[in-house]
Amino acid sequence: MTDQAALPVAEDIIVCRDVHKWFGHLHVLRGIDLSVRPGEVVVIFGASGSGKSTFIRTINRLEEHQRGTIVVDGIELTNDIRNIAAIRSEIGMVFQSFNLFPHLTALQNISLAPMRVRRWSRERAEEAGMQLLKRVGIPEQAHKYPAQLSGGQQQRVAIARALAMQPKIMLFDEPTSALDPEMISEVLDVMRELAGTGMTMLCVTHEMGFARAVANRMVYFDEGVIIEEGPPKQIFEAPTHDRTKRFLSQILH
Amino acid sequence: MTAQTLPPPRSSIGPAAWMRDNLFSGWLNSLLTVVVGGLLLLVLVQVAGWALTEARWGVVTSNLRLFLIGQYPADQAWRVWLSLAIISTLSGLSAGIFGAATRTLGASLAAGQVLIAVLGVASDVGWVASAALLLNAALLAGAFVVSLRWRIPRRPLVILWVVSLPVSFFLLSGLGTEAVPTVGTGLWGGLLLTFLLAIVGIVLSFPFGVLLALGRRSALPAVRILSTVYIEVIRGVPLITILFMADIMLPLFLPGEVRLDRVLRAMGGITLFSAAYVAENVRGGLQSIPSGQGEAASALGLNTFQTNIFIVLPQALRAVIPANVGLFISLLKDTTLVVIIGLLELLGIGRAVLAQSEWFGAQLEVYVFVAAVFFVMCYAMSQASYRLETAMGVGTR
Repeated sequence: MTDQAALPVAEDIIVCRDVHKWFGHLHVLRGIDLSVRPGEVVVIFGASGSGKSTFIRTINRLEEHQRGTIVVDGIELTNDIRNIAAIRSEIGMVFQSFNLFPHLTALQNISLAPMRVRRWSRERAEEAGMQLLKRVGIPEQAHKYPAQLSGGQQQRVAIARALAMQPKIMLFDEPTSALDPEMISEVLDVMRELAGTGMTMLCVTHEMGFARAVANRMVYFDEGVIIEEGPPKQIFEAPTHDRTKRFLSQILH
Repeated sequence: MTAQTLPPPRSSIGPAAWMRDNLFSGWLNSLLTVVVGGLLLLVLVQVAGWALTEARWGVVTSNLRLFLIGQYPADQAWRVWLSLAIISTLSGLSAGIFGAATRTLGASLAAGQVLIAVLGVASDVGWVASAALLLNAALLAGAFVVSLRWRIPRRPLVILWVVSLPVSFFLLSGLGTEAVPTVGTGLWGGLLLTFLLAIVGIVLSFPFGVLLALGRRSALPAVRILSTVYIEVIRGVPLITILFMADIMLPLFLPGEVRLDRVLRAMGGITLFSAAYVAENVRGGLQSIPSGQGEAASALGLNTFQTNIFIVLPQALRAVIPANVGLFISLLKDTTLVVIIGLLELLGIGRAVLAQSEWFGAQLEVYVFVAAVFFVMCYAMSQASYRLETAMGVGTR
């Protein structure tokens, strides 16, 4: 933990210092310190209710943090709407329940934001959208509506949609938890390919095979605090904290 | 042991089987079928007998002009037919370009005009009006064919529609010139007035209602409170009260020289009333959209306005099509209430016609006719709504 904090701040693309969050009286984030270097893949895991989803949602302001600082690519996340917009344009997000727009086709889902936020022409946005659909392996589904796609295909469209805004950082909030088992690998393959391109990724996931193979660092959340972090090898083979050991033994057997 | 696809047993399909299952499934059901069938037949014979022999349909044909356009001057009636021609042409083009619901409405408009034209030949509106209406129907059909043949862009058509409403209005009310003298709205009546009140009410209350619904969910307290108060106050008051207020109280508040037209006041009252109900319908639709939709849009960098326009409203409005069409159908029927502020729409004209001594006692004929006209209009709207739902439901959950 100490050697992470000792890194020069300017190098880190995400810097969180003492982040707190309450839902009513419930103190869900109790002082999170986490810095992420460009190109790093960080897997966040922990029991449900440990605040891991809430934490990554504070990074693009889907949840507001009430204390502490979050700096993304040199921009501090404040109530200033321009800062929020600037940060959101650098961060792509993939949700557990996909959240595709059901009234738009796969291609329209992907091209909407570049056209409306980046002011690209329809031709340019759709061409880029087709490239992304090829990249996630489903160009033939471009003109189908989300309800006509399988869960795995929907999640791949959702990844393509997030990538269409050319983000520097991707947040994954349990991207495979809502999928049938046979569809999990097709989504993880896309994420693995993405990590290989040097994308900075924060993934909340319990796919430990993916974490072991792809993550640079694993972070264990428990009751709103980070109680252990380190390279996957260390976390799997020599976890220092009792709670981490117990949690890993519960999900790994 | 491979499973084979076999045809169903003969006795389980076809009309005979349907009748056995649904009408004659037991001795009690058979008895009920016979009794109810007999009663229905009796009623049908009676009604047909009255309609074909006893009824004095002359009350409709000799007053058809009143039913259609009220006291609008007969020598200026061409202006009504011309407005209808504009609307028919645009409807025809829309039917080809937008398809779905506009096709149902276009077909109804064409069929309605043909029906009235046929009625018109034997009535007091004369063959010129009949010819004009037939021409309109032909224009509509022609425009439909043209729009199917050549690709006409959507945007100009929408602009034409927006322009056509004031153009039609000024065509009807006149410019005060010799060729197009002013016709006071007090003279407008019958189906013309019913149509105008309903169309203006629907076209204006919809966007106003959507804004109110968004306002009620706004993060800005002032906007939210104003919208909520408006909606609750209007919904707490009967339409008749609002029409009275628009007719009697509004002029008291306005400076003496400002005289708002009575028809305009009725239109305003109906629009303001209907908007509150549209707002509550739309709010229901907005609430049915999962929060994940807004979150996904925010995460992509869309602002609140863009999220509403591109993500939330398209889904919310589609979800409330049936409720809103139901509302607009009752708005169409509620236009009959303007009779209490002295405007003679279709039903009001019916009552005025019954006051003529020669048609004393022809209530049934008049009311059946008025009911039939309303039924046709409402049925066309609900059919259009079904087609709209099907067309917009493509690929959705």
